[in-house]
Amino acid sequence: MKDIRKATVLGFFILALGIGVACSKAEPPAPVQAGESQAAPAPKLEPKAIQIRGSDSELNVVQALAEAYMKQNPNVRIAVTGGGSGTGIAALLNKTVDIANSSRNIKPAEQATAQAQGVQPVRFVFSMDAIAVIVHPENKLASLTIEQAGQIFRGEFKNWKEAKGPNLPITRYGRQSNSGTYEFFKEHVLKGDFSSDVREMNGNAQIVESVKQDKGGIGYVAAGYVLPNGKPIDGVRILAMSPEQGKDPVAIAPDTVANMTYPIVRSFNQYLNGKPNAVLDGFLKFELSPQGQKIVTEQGFFPVTPELRAMSEQVCSGAP
Amino acid sequence: MTDACRSAFCRRSTPYTRFRERLMHGLFGLAGLSAVLILLGIFILLAIMTAKAFTQGEPPLGSAGLTAREISELPPTEREMLTIGVRPISTSNFLGSAVWNPTSYVKRSYGILAMLASTLMVTLLALLLAVPIGVGAAAYLSEFAPHRVREVVKPLIEILAGIPSVVVGFLGIVVLGPILARIFGMPNGLNAVNGGVLLAIMSLPTIVSVSEDALKAVPRSYREASYALGANRLLTTLRVVVPSALSGIIAAVMLGMGRAIGETMTVLMATGNASAFPHGLLDSVRTLTATIAIELGEVPFGTVHYHALFAVGFVLFVLTLVVNVISDVVLHRHQARYS
Repeated sequence: MKDIRKATVLGFFILALGIGVACSKAEPPAPVQAGESQAAPAPKLEPKAIQIRGSDSELNVVQALAEAYMKQNPNVRIAVTGGGSGTGIAALLNKTVDIANSSRNIKPAEQATAQAQGVQPVRFVFSMDAIAVIVHPENKLASLTIEQAGQIFRGEFKNWKEAKGPNLPITRYGRQSNSGTYEFFKEHVLKGDFSSDVREMNGNAQIVESVKQDKGGIGYVAAGYVLPNGKPIDGVRILAMSPEQGKDPVAIAPDTVANMTYPIVRSFNQYLNGKPNAVLDGFLKFELSPQGQKIVTEQGFFPVTPELRAMSEQVCSGAP
Repeated sequence: MTDACRSAFCRRSTPYTRFRERLMHGLFGLAGLSAVLILLGIFILLAIMTAKAFTQGEPPLGSAGLTAREISELPPTEREMLTIGVRPISTSNFLGSAVWNPTSYVKRSYGILAMLASTLMVTLLALLLAVPIGVGAAAYLSEFAPHRVREVVKPLIEILAGIPSVVVGFLGIVVLGPILARIFGMPNGLNAVNGGVLLAIMSLPTIVSVSEDALKAVPRSYREASYALGANRLLTTLRVVVPSALSGIIAAVMLGMGRAIGETMTVLMATGNASAFPHGLLDSVRTLTATIAIELGEVPFGTVHYHALFAVGFVLFVLTLVVNVISDVVLHRHQARYS
């Protein structure tokens, strides 16, 4: 009796193992990951190690920048981790990281905490990001104003008719409240609260997948997810946005992001504590260099605007 | 000396063996006590944090280096943080409101009614699906299945319990979601039904396993008496065995329910997480557990919002505690009956 039971469990195990082996043979071996993706908390920093934590939206691009920089400077170790913009800023205020990635600007409350802790947050911008508003391809609506997008996500519009679209109920898709994109959209597009019927998805990719299937759907995602390498993906339509009623709608493109005529553009910030030391300075300059900015574009984001670039260069001790 | 005393259990008592005996006694005692201490610790932590949510506000932060004009341009809730601080939660808001929005632009609200309704809705749906199937499977395994079948099926059901919840949630997104969307003609299958079905799958092993044990514990004399009166197997099962094991089955259901209420990852992934009060099973819902999981990662330490999440955890704790106590009482009554 015990034997049959044992045999069943064993058989199941062998079956699972067999399937696993069969599947793994079909795939190429995973490439070895360079760099540490999980940084151990290091309260006492080595002089040549840089700890970076924060925004999940910035994670991939900063990781790519760090890897390229480490290849050129083998004596510098850079550890990049995610967790969200707020997590990064909190870590900077607790002095456990050198750089906090933040896809939103520091909040007054955080600024006040910084004063109390004796931390002096300095903003550095290395890239721009546009937030795309997407709908189903069958929704022929050409564009929305920022105000209309706000009305839709605040729940004031229930049907696409109200935004001069087709006669279809609106389904809203958004991010969860721990997302910097959620926060930015709330503050700069809604200027109010999200409707409580917004479906809060786990990430950008899930919003895209949902809108693909939903004729009445609308969602907001980081542009990199729907415009990889500048080409729109299939299955969703990216709306042109006009800053206000009566103004021409603007589509996302490198030049409209650079001159900020596309109305939902945010900066990818990095906050430091005071002026950077020599090690940090080297990395920050690399981010602004042509090579660094090329990596930024490859990752689906946009070069930093001249104005913010000037500000960031001020942070470094000299021009890159 | 008897034969048995040659075994290892019957060595002569020396000071060393007595010391060893006492040491082991202490170690086992400590192990037994540790669970109690941990439980007590968790309870005290939750209670303190919950109390803070209702009593401790945040003081105003002052200008934070901003000019009066910059302050006037801030969102209303952020302006309040600088000028009047954040007030603690009021009980009437917590227990009487359906709006949960601690990071609001306009006005903070900490109502748990919508989340509570969502949690109960998903859990009850899960039980509605899992109880008939689970008890049916248990009855089959204990009363009808040939020995060999039982020995194969039962461990397989127990393996089902070992599937990580994140994997179940993933299946909810990629398999069950699209199926439900097609069946109900909806654009998206991430709703309460999806969560309910997944939780039913996850609580099945508990329900089957514990109810099967309860059915097996029914003395054979009961069955024999039933057969002697001319009843067949089906009638015996339905009228004698299942009713006799009813308290054990109820305990099984309660244990399954406890699992369903506390489950986080699966519902977080599969239910769509809209925080509105649910009006039907096809609405997207956000449960108590999902709210904690979503928001705790980003909430600043020590704020009212932070404590509010512990208060939600406390509600969850009380909910599962009630369910577990009920199942324990019922189970003990069941055991007392046959001992």
